[in-house]
Amino acid sequence: MTQPLLKVDSLSKSFGGLAVISEVSFEVPAGGRLALIGPNGAGKTTMFNLLTGVYRQDVGTVTLDGEVIDAYPSRARIGLGMARSFQNIRLMPHLSVVENVMLGQQSRASGWRDFLAPVTAFGRSPAYREAEDLLASMDIRTRPGDVVATLPYGIRKKIEVVRALAAKPKLLLLDEPAAGLNASETASLRDFLLQIAETGVTLLVVEHDMSLVRSLCTSTVVLNFGRKIYDGPVSRVNEDPQVLEAYLGPRHAGEKEAAHG
Amino acid sequence: MSGYWIGLITILSINVIFAYGIFLAVATGQLNLGGAGFQALGAYAAAYLAMEMDQPLAVTIAAGMIVAGIIGFAIAFPILRLKGVYLVLGTFAFAEVVAGLILNSDALGGATGLPVPTFIDWEVPAIAAVIVALGVFWLMATRFGLVVRSVHDDEVVADLMGVNVRMVRVTAFALGAALAGLSGALYAHAFSFVEIQVFNASLSIYVLLYVLLGGAQTAWGPLFGAAFFTLLPEALRDTLPALKEGVFGALGLEGASNPPDESWRFVILGVATVLMMIFRPEGLITRTLIERLRPGNLARAGRPAEAAE
Repeated sequence: MTQPLLKVDSLSKSFGGLAVISEVSFEVPAGGRLALIGPNGAGKTTMFNLLTGVYRQDVGTVTLDGEVIDAYPSRARIGLGMARSFQNIRLMPHLSVVENVMLGQQSRASGWRDFLAPVTAFGRSPAYREAEDLLASMDIRTRPGDVVATLPYGIRKKIEVVRALAAKPKLLLLDEPAAGLNASETASLRDFLLQIAETGVTLLVVEHDMSLVRSLCTSTVVLNFGRKIYDGPVSRVNEDPQVLEAYLGPRHAGEKEAAHG
Repeated sequence: MSGYWIGLITILSINVIFAYGIFLAVATGQLNLGGAGFQALGAYAAAYLAMEMDQPLAVTIAAGMIVAGIIGFAIAFPILRLKGVYLVLGTFAFAEVVAGLILNSDALGGATGLPVPTFIDWEVPAIAAVIVALGVFWLMATRFGLVVRSVHDDEVVADLMGVNVRMVRVTAFALGAALAGLSGALYAHAFSFVEIQVFNASLSIYVLLYVLLGGAQTAWGPLFGAAFFTLLPEALRDTLPALKEGVFGALGLEGASNPPDESWRFVILGVATVLMMIFRPEGLITRTLIERLRPGNLARAGRPAEAAE
């Protein structure tokens, strides 16, 4: 068996006395599309923050593409091939769309030459053109000077994903990409994400919208109160008694199971 | 050119360079209220080298810039650990320490100040101001400038995008300190005399206001802010007495007014500050304003049918 792109090994994290993540292990195969789901407060975003180094785990290891990344500071991890989007849109409000995407290229810039070459003025720089092309290839058309705050919510969500893509990541972490989108925007987002997946980028998605999870992802890990309660194909997740109990409570879960039986 | 205009251009050039020094820190989201301290370092370094060591102009001005830059770099590490109002107080305290040390130093003339032998005319500050302005415009258009603006907007996301937030802040702060030092060195030579009372708290406040009121999002802001608040009192030189009479008249204090003096600068700046905080809290020149004034966009705005498309 080939090695997984991301391997999370018995990760734990507590804030004070509260265990937010308890001994969670899972793997994401290269080219896979895995959904991380669970009720509110299950620890999904905390998991993302552990993976990207915003928080440090108490115990456990994270391996990306065969390399243990625990020692890397948060800013170095995007350069290892792991980029993310955020639950609430966190584009830079005072930067234009193209500039936001150019920020995504940051992990690939190195040396003072890259830092002191003009990128936003005096004609189109290579970085600028690359960002424009990436936006165009994802069918996002905005005027160069467009400031992010003036754009519709659905477009901004996509731009945030494109900013992460500009780092040329192997693994894309998406934190609730469909939150706040209506049905048609969600459908458009799904096609957009599938288009990204086709280019060989592995997806790890936190999402509440189960129809999106079913149509986008192949496997899923379910967290509840920081523990992993399910790890398997998406198609079977709503037959799992523990998952049903976590979402619906013990009594209703029993009824649903009886109906299935 | 008359002495009046020469003096005006000289002080305007010095203020523009000084404002850009503070702007670089503010652009990364760090308020620097220690401007006068860095300017004093540059002024005294230049004055001391010229007076006591007979160094040529090029050396004294470069030294003013380097001394302030190095000290700015050294204090940036501890001081940029502070955030928000504590950072403001930290930089303010730094300027007070500099003033206190110079005031008590016999080598630097203490309270009497130092005369500066080499005099420069208005050309040197003016050329320096043009070079600094072009340099800052260029810097803000580079990836460094992009990163500076990102750190200002959201440091957590900037970090996750691979930006070394600390390094960016320290670099911008130290570069800014060097520019403030340059403005001080030019001041020393242009006015032939330095005394520490000039580099006081209100100077630090003024220069920060130039930047905040002009706008800290683009390199246009400090240029505009410094020019506006340096030239406004001069432009109002004739209207001021009338204005003053009017205000006192309205308050029923006729006959109580003296000839106009420097203090009216404070009144104007104070009123302007309040108005700006109400109407343009992000500064007079903002990113959106610049975009709107671009030739292409201006033409588009003139044709509403197309804009709605």
